Amino acid sequence: MTAGGGAMERIPILQMGEFLLVTIQVDLNDTLAQTLMDDLTAKVAATGARGVLIDISSVTVVDSFIGRMLNDIAATSRVLDATTVVVGMQPAVAITLVELGLSLGGVRTALNVDRGIALLRAALAAPADATHPE
Amino acid sequence: MARTPERRAQRPVRDARADARHARDAQHPIATVLAEHEAELLTEWLAGQRSTVRRPDLIRDSELNAQAAEFLATLRQAVMTGNVRDVQAPAYDGVRSVLGTLSRARSLQGFTPSETAMFVFSLKGPLYARLRRAVPGGPDQVIDTMAAAGHLLDQLGLYTVEVYQRSREEVIARQQEDMMELSTPVVKLWDGIVALPMIGTLDSARTQVVMETLLQRIVETGAEVAIIDITGVPTVDTLTAQHLLKTVTAARLMGADCIISGIRPQIAQTIVHLGVDLTDVTTKATLADALRLAFTRVGAANGVPLRQTPARA
Repeated sequence: MTAGGGAMERIPILQMGEFLLVTIQVDLNDTLAQTLMDDLTAKVAATGARGVLIDISSVTVVDSFIGRMLNDIAATSRVLDATTVVVGMQPAVAITLVELGLSLGGVRTALNVDRGIALLRAALAAPADATHPE
Repeated sequence: MARTPERRAQRPVRDARADARHARDAQHPIATVLAEHEAELLTEWLAGQRSTVRRPDLIRDSELNAQAAEFLATLRQAVMTGNVRDVQAPAYDGVRSVLGTLSRARSLQGFTPSETAMFVFSLKGPLYARLRRAVPGGPDQVIDTMAAAGHLLDQLGLYTVEVYQRSREEVIARQQEDMMELSTPVVKLWDGIVALPMIGTLDSARTQVVMETLLQRIVETGAEVAIIDITGVPTVDTLTAQHLLKTVTAARLMGADCIISGIRPQIAQTIVHLGVDLTDVTTKATLADALRLAFTRVGAANGVPLRQTPARA
């Protein structure tokens, strides 16, 4: 991270076991979002992570581009065999995304990081759950 | 009542008789009569009100007397200016203020609009009688004066109705606001389960409030399951369904599951006829069914196997 650069240039990606943890603490602009997506894809491929957890509880402003980016990250990660969970979305953000017509169908969601991790563990423990219910 | 001494203080030398002399100079008969016979007019007017519109159950005699006296005093001062046509003029500020206070009070006390307006209209009888005796000249002049007095009192009467109606509308607007707040309670049913029993027709404004309240409560309580119960919603059209779907999607984005319950048979048929797609939404017939499902989900999420109820075993 640059010390005197002012604006954050990239968002840190932390590795926790077989999960990757991304905490977005600034309002995303398009460049930052694109960089994050590139970094995340590279990191998933490099570490062979099975789950990606994106915490957006500090994000208060979204637009259609950010919404699509979340969707794309989830889709890309799935191709690389990792489940994506978005956690901590603010009510206003949720309403905005819905009004924009972005329901993020391919993204799993949880209320907070704790629940997100639980969800990822459950998904890893029962990978056949979605396709074979019984 | 605090108004009269204040006005006296501004014009200390002018009493009713002085006003009368002034009015004779100005030569308007209404002003003359009001100034010279204010006390008699008041007595006759009150007697008239007592026999026709008085509501002893709603207002006390003393209060009515005070209101009538204050109105006559301010009306006399307004008419003294020579203006007997335009009640919106600054000269009538005092009169309008007295009538405004009176109408608002009466709308709250439970008077009907006609009873409120009759307060002013009932002055016509005594005033006309006095005018007939006081106006000099022939019938033409009497008729002119009567017409002017009638016009003046009509306008003032209508003004009371206007204020009355406005204060009623304020009450309605406030009640609507209250209803909006009251009708969207989000209740916590269990750890991790909140329910929103919706009552009444869903329009865009209400749905917005409902959506925001629900999402906010989900954040506050950390609920995993939100049950929207629409038992109290009389009709569901495409717009309402659209709003419901949006709420469900928004809740899902935040990481909470939504269950819609309380869909009555007719509404289920309507939804199908309208072609609304609810396949992505979990729906249950009753709140009890929804709650049972919610228990299963919360239990499963916490890794706690739920004890099966006899009904399901």
